[in-house]
Amino acid sequence: MTQARVFDEKTAKEAKQIIARYPRPRSALLPMLHLVQSVEGFVSPGGIAFCAEQLDITPAQVGAVATFYTMYKRHPTGDHLVSVCTNTLCGLLGGDEIYAALAQKLGVGHDETTADGTITFEHAECLAACDYAPVVTVDYEFYDQQTVESAEQLIDELRAGSRPQPSRGAPLCTFKEVSRVLAGFTDDGSAVEGAGTGVPTLAGLRLARERGETAPAYDPATPVPPLPPKEEKK
Amino acid sequence: MPLTPVLTKRWDVPQSWSLSTYESLEGYQALRKALACEPKQLVQTMSSATLRGRGGGGFGTGMKWDFINDDGKAHYLVVNADEGEPGTCRDAPLMICDPHSLIEGIVIASYAVRCNHAFIYVRGELIHARRRLDNAVREAYAAGYLGKNILDSGFDLEITIHSGAGAYICGEETALLDSLEGYRGQPRLKPPFPAIAGLYQLPTVVNNVGTLASVPSIILAGPDWWTAMGTEKSPGTAIHSVSGRVKRPGQYEAPLGSTLREILEMAGGMRDGHELKFWTSGGASLPLLTAEHIDVPMDFNSPLGNIAGTGAMMIFDDSDCIVRAVKKWSEFYAHESCGKCTPCREGTYWYVQIYERLERGEATSRDIDLLLDISDSILGRAFCPLGDGATSPVTASIKYFRDEYVAHYERGGCPFGKAPAASSHVMAGAH
Repeated sequence: MTQARVFDEKTAKEAKQIIARYPRPRSALLPMLHLVQSVEGFVSPGGIAFCAEQLDITPAQVGAVATFYTMYKRHPTGDHLVSVCTNTLCGLLGGDEIYAALAQKLGVGHDETTADGTITFEHAECLAACDYAPVVTVDYEFYDQQTVESAEQLIDELRAGSRPQPSRGAPLCTFKEVSRVLAGFTDDGSAVEGAGTGVPTLAGLRLARERGETAPAYDPATPVPPLPPKEEKK
Repeated sequence: MPLTPVLTKRWDVPQSWSLSTYESLEGYQALRKALACEPKQLVQTMSSATLRGRGGGGFGTGMKWDFINDDGKAHYLVVNADEGEPGTCRDAPLMICDPHSLIEGIVIASYAVRCNHAFIYVRGELIHARRRLDNAVREAYAAGYLGKNILDSGFDLEITIHSGAGAYICGEETALLDSLEGYRGQPRLKPPFPAIAGLYQLPTVVNNVGTLASVPSIILAGPDWWTAMGTEKSPGTAIHSVSGRVKRPGQYEAPLGSTLREILEMAGGMRDGHELKFWTSGGASLPLLTAEHIDVPMDFNSPLGNIAGTGAMMIFDDSDCIVRAVKKWSEFYAHESCGKCTPCREGTYWYVQIYERLERGEATSRDIDLLLDISDSILGRAFCPLGDGATSPVTASIKYFRDEYVAHYERGGCPFGKAPAASSHVMAGAH
């Protein structure tokens, strides 16, 4: 089987590390599917067989799980995954236009990859960044408050091989590299890099500071209330 | 109501996510206090504070913790960080900016229910939150706030962080547990509830990020401090996530029971030249509201029901077509329906077909009745709340904006002149 060569000893060792995080081995399946994606860029039949072997379950059991979740890709992906939020809020604020413009520019539709292999394109459901609408993510890093023009420029830069800095998040890597993060291999210093906030995140806090508004003051030594005395059983 | 930053108060501090910053701002002091208490005291404190679940349901946290029977069997705490309800965007910044407040809440909660292994199920797409959580957990282990014999208390706790893989349904607690066990994320029949048969069929507390991040402050300041904010039945502070057609979208932390009028004032009001048309107070699955509801307190027990929800306030104005908005929500529910039960799987599919017909100008008056009829067949008959949630924008929008539906077929298309969107909706996928 070719999978033996694709998934080397390092991957097998990492699979074992994932399994060790859980009381029961099968819980490791989701991160292991992210792990095989970090090697191949998608969940291949070989990846499914690898997971099945590691967990001692059948390929059918793994396949049933892999096909349920949107983030597991069933075809080879490009270097980067570009996702445009087209849920209601982002969609009405410009996400629909951005999706249409990028689809035309790239010449691909949902869940398709450009011929040069740089970009896999998709529409996404709400990405939990509505205060920055409309949002586009590349390999799940946020590019906030996009317009058709800014999103097209982002695409141009990606296709030229550069890696524009996300609005929030760590420096851009690739879809395969980010899949390692999803598998839980994050000890690379990227947690401390990049901006975590933008204007909307801090809008309320800044306004509170401007207005001098706070929650009521408190004494951090306030005792935790004691339990009521137990009534003696008669 | 004033702004009351508690959960958000550290977010603008340099390196707010680091242990040293957190410790310099009262971080882990609540844990020291908690470990000196009887676990039951902590449960009682949450009950006295009437802390209610910030994931949207508003269930009493103290009661949830009290359900766990420590009979020596393994049991677990699972954090629901699978933030995905449309409009909801407050857990992600919290985990990115202040992950240690969540970690401290987890340790206190785990001590209160005497569990030794906690899991954070974080939505896959929230990649930077994952990095910051991993970093915070590593720091907490190194400082002795996690691991064996925490702060010499004799209490042990391990935390495992687990990324999801793109399925809204996993925000439903039993689907989340199945997903965490390595299966398709489909809801389980309740009862038994997770407190009796949760992860691996063992007793499990499932709490939301904001709920647990509130715990350290309540332990530090006491339940009376917490209940001094908000309303009697929905006390405390909560982050209101304001998005859409306002001047300053963003995260505004204010007491529960605040009104849209108050929050809108904080967010700079509606954009110039436009008027409020419709909005959500707690995500797409909660009742859709209109300008007439601008003074209704947003809490778990309002006259309109639970409208606190997830604090997701999506604001739309007179330029937004209600049919387009609800069509997109319906596409979302159709995509995210897990397929387990027929009313939801089929009903959401047919919603989308009818909304497409409306946008093409090919609908008839019977289609409005058909939408209501389908809604009747889903509401209360689906396996989990996803189905009920899908009906919410449909029925409310017909109730408040029937004329706009009628205009779509009388004028042969969208009265706002919007061409039918090139459908980005794909029915592919198992869920």
